[in-house]
Amino acid sequence: MAYSDKVLDHYNNPRNVGSLDKKSNSVGTGVVGAPECGDVMKLQIEVEGDRIVDAKFKTFGCGSAIASSSLATEWIKGKTVDEALQIKNTQIVEELSLPPVKIHCSVLAEDAIKSAIADYKAKSAGKQED
Amino acid sequence: MQLPIYLDYQATTPVDPRVLDEMLPYFTEKFGNAASRSHSFGWSGEEAVEKARKQIAALIGASPKEIVITSGSTEGINLAMKGTAEMYGSKGKHIITSLVEHKAVLDTAKHLEKEGFEVTYLSPDKKGRISVDQVRDAIRDDTILVALIWGNNEIGTLNPIREIGALCHEKNVLFFTDGTQAAGKIPVDAIADNVDMLCLSGHKLYGPKGVGALYVRRRNPRVRLVAQMDGGGHERGMRSGTLNVPGIVGLGAACEIAMNELEKDAQHTSALRKRFEDKVTGALDHVHINGDVEHRLPNCTNISFNYVEGESLIMGVKDLAVSSGSACTSASLEPSHVLRACGVGDELAHSSIRFGFGRHTTEEEVDFAADQMITAVKRLRELSPLYEMVQEGIDISSIDWSGGH
Repeated sequence: MAYSDKVLDHYNNPRNVGSLDKKSNSVGTGVVGAPECGDVMKLQIEVEGDRIVDAKFKTFGCGSAIASSSLATEWIKGKTVDEALQIKNTQIVEELSLPPVKIHCSVLAEDAIKSAIADYKAKSAGKQED
Repeated sequence: MQLPIYLDYQATTPVDPRVLDEMLPYFTEKFGNAASRSHSFGWSGEEAVEKARKQIAALIGASPKEIVITSGSTEGINLAMKGTAEMYGSKGKHIITSLVEHKAVLDTAKHLEKEGFEVTYLSPDKKGRISVDQVRDAIRDDTILVALIWGNNEIGTLNPIREIGALCHEKNVLFFTDGTQAAGKIPVDAIADNVDMLCLSGHKLYGPKGVGALYVRRRNPRVRLVAQMDGGGHERGMRSGTLNVPGIVGLGAACEIAMNELEKDAQHTSALRKRFEDKVTGALDHVHINGDVEHRLPNCTNISFNYVEGESLIMGVKDLAVSSGSACTSASLEPSHVLRACGVGDELAHSSIRFGFGRHTTEEEVDFAADQMITAVKRLRELSPLYEMVQEGIDISSIDWSGGH
């Protein structure tokens, strides 16, 4: 399978690899996918006010999955939480020129963003109740 | 050392230069149709084909009259299975095969099911082996054919062919084995191994693509097949079509070399495989060798690198030509049906790569390949959320992944 230059670039130089402290209240963690499907993405955000100040990922999956999650972290850093929620998988598909068989990778990346934000929001809501 | 390094010898092999030399005259000055009886062009073609038939027969302990030339193993499988089913269908409608066969066998079996045959798919043990007892338990009064692979194309596991063949003869059931990966790699003796039909393919043993052979036993029992290709009645009516003389000459030459160098090739490739496995398993944790390390082909290994995904791993070793699963199925995203049948979880199956070593592979290439693999696995594990969880002591199998798709 031929990969686009952008997929290769993200695969060879993934941005924002790593982990944030998942116990911190300012950190939201999303883990999506399943090992038996061949894709697991973990995406984390650190939020100050309503702005995402840091994002990290780790991905088990094909090159397109790694590239999709790497790109996702790049895009959400500096955005507000609401802006990040606007990111659609189709934008990832377009940016990385993903072929049809790899569209699920972009869907997973969108899910990972939403899941991390949901986790952060749940934590903040819990904090307010305390 | 030339890059990329080819380590996909179960997919195909290069034509040995000695084989090519034998073939070349038959494209040009000796171009005759082997079926032309009225002039020397035809005679020299026929002579070349008969010489090749002897060379092919010798490799597998058969007589030349028992060799039917085909276009390769897929055709050999179709002819053996459908030809048997059509010929003996009035005697019985039951066929036995296994879940770890090549797709050509599985799809032919599916086709026969649609034609009204009943097929039993034996499930292998964890190492990919089918036992004689399993076959014995599956044989019924209406069983007409047992079709089992000799050396598995994905994991290299060898089935106990001689014992299963003896059982089939005792039960009066025909026995076909897919010898595509075994022929020319391990000793094959159709008579002593109790095989009734066996297919092989030129391009798996340093011969050309598009030519192969089907061994069809003529005595004890005499196997009769219904032809699947009608026409001029070539190959004693079993396979019509003008003979591919240069290809057949190449197949013959390749079989002769494979026979003469079988032991040397096997020692060479198994030593390289050991070198590779030792290096990789020595440097990485959570690595698993699939298949049966006791009973396997000498020239391949299938390794699961837990917590990294196979396709991304192959992408990370672009100087190596390797495959995840068989070439026929690796275009799909499905994990290998062979590993699945062996009970390897889908997660590990996604992390598996097949490495094949050949006649011309060098130690230098193997060392380079092992280093590339080790580097790529370590890098991808840095990226792997699963490896991180394992390092933290989390049991991945305890996690509910139902959110996935």
